[in-house]
Amino acid sequence: MLSVEGITQIFGGLTALEDVSFSVTPRSITGIIGPNGAGKTTLFNIVTGLYTQTEGKVYLGEKNISFFAPETLAGLGLVRTFQNVELFGQMSVLENVMVGLHTKSKSGIFSCAFKLPGQIREEKTVREKAYRWLEFTGLVDEADIAACNLPFGKGRLLEISRAMAVEPQIILMDEPAAGLNSRETAGLAELIRKIQDLGITIVLVEHDMELVMDVCESIVVLNLGKKLAHGTPREIQEDKAVIAAYLGED
Amino acid sequence: MIKEKRQILIFTLFALIVLLAPLFLKGSYFLNVLVFIGINTLLAVALNLLLGYAGQISLGHAAFFGLGAYVSGILTTRFPVDPWMALLAAALCAALLAFVIGFPILKLKGHYLAMATLGFGIIMYIFFNETVDLTGGPSGLSGIPNLRLGQLIFDNDRNNYYLVWVITLGVMLLSINLSQSRIGRALRAINDSEVAARVMGVNARILKVQIFTISAFVSAIAGSLYAHTMTFISPTSFGFNFSVELLTMIIIGGLGSMYGSFLGAAILTMLPEFLRVFRDFDIVIYGLMLILITMFMPKGLIGGLEALFKIVINKIKGGAQNVKR
Repeated sequence: MLSVEGITQIFGGLTALEDVSFSVTPRSITGIIGPNGAGKTTLFNIVTGLYTQTEGKVYLGEKNISFFAPETLAGLGLVRTFQNVELFGQMSVLENVMVGLHTKSKSGIFSCAFKLPGQIREEKTVREKAYRWLEFTGLVDEADIAACNLPFGKGRLLEISRAMAVEPQIILMDEPAAGLNSRETAGLAELIRKIQDLGITIVLVEHDMELVMDVCESIVVLNLGKKLAHGTPREIQEDKAVIAAYLGED
Repeated sequence: MIKEKRQILIFTLFALIVLLAPLFLKGSYFLNVLVFIGINTLLAVALNLLLGYAGQISLGHAAFFGLGAYVSGILTTRFPVDPWMALLAAALCAALLAFVIGFPILKLKGHYLAMATLGFGIIMYIFFNETVDLTGGPSGLSGIPNLRLGQLIFDNDRNNYYLVWVITLGVMLLSINLSQSRIGRALRAINDSEVAARVMGVNARILKVQIFTISAFVSAIAGSLYAHTMTFISPTSFGFNFSVELLTMIIIGGLGSMYGSFLGAAILTMLPEFLRVFRDFDIVIYGLMLILITMFMPKGLIGGLEALFKIVINKIKGGAQNVKR
């Protein structure tokens, strides 16, 4: 589904990632874990086209997407959420999700300004689809609230609804549980499984080990920019190198 | 859906008031001021598309206004071009220029974009001043013919009023339509978080250039209308000061609101007349007003009015409930 090959990222003199390779099987849930500064978010930024890697390749299926722009990747069905929740704060919750449907509609500036019949029809389907994604995450009641007024936990859900509206093949979540309480985290685990049931591949960077061990089928461990281990949750829990990286060596 | 109906109602009311106003106004002076307000509203709407919707600043918009005025003026005074064709040529010319410079400069963000557009505005101002053979230089260009439709010549205040306001109302309507559409949402998304918008599949780079081009197109139409109604133009109307004045209009009126554009344009067009009694202190009052509005009404006058309206409605509703008890 998604594979990275020999990704190296050097910022000035600092090597943030060094020769990282792994691949993600279709319809799986993969966790990327590692101590702070391991390069997890950097890796996400490279895969989603926000950073340009110093070396290495990224494949989506058979396609080499190494230097694709984020907007192109969205069209190919690769989408992400952000660690710090990047919502469109001034827009309503519904409108946020409608932006997610941008690639699924095509009216140009002129048909929008002149409200041509095709645009009116399209607008109606976009609105209906957006409502369906809000139902999916349980945000329908908040549809007309400005996104900046949502409580943090619901903001996270909105970000996921918006990403789902892109109708992705693969969704990358950057610390989806950060800042959530235990009840919200449990709800998130359920939602992640629901997304998987739709046939979507999920990759998540996460610090909440309970969540990672609970939902992930496969885990990649990064440490100081290098891949330390890749395996099932059980294998990772028993891996000596991983334990050493997390707890310090004796 | 209800929101949409309310919008149509508000626009219809606004358009009716604007179109019927001349019937109740005696004297040419007011009409003349209203023509200027119309042209400034058109410019404010154009800038609002760029700054209010997409969040991209321009400190050089007077240059597109000037370009529109000069292309129209030069084509009709030095060549036998029909004024309407000149208007179209002026708008296309500005759009083309905006399209070409848009790709490099809209890559810049925040202060850097402000500086780049400022530089562009100053270059154009120097160009208007120095190419004396073409533009007439500092002494200006006179004898620009009026626009005409068959027997109807737009050479008096009443005709000019309708000419300017029909076009302005049309552009306002199109802009309002745009804001409630896929493209409007994408623009507002870029304004809130360009990174997130791109991840959602919005091609921010192209869209910013498109809206910049349209903004320049509309500004140049305003310039052309100005040239053909005034029949005389000179560079001083198109300098840096006017770019700042346009920015002030939409900030005072309300970013992102087309009615705010009108309000800001109306106030800034009339203010110099009212402040004349204060003589040299007018600039102080002007500055004070800007400070107070940005401090207490971050969404501009239109945002302030909306908030006030809501408070009043709630008071009335609350009062009605008390009576019931």
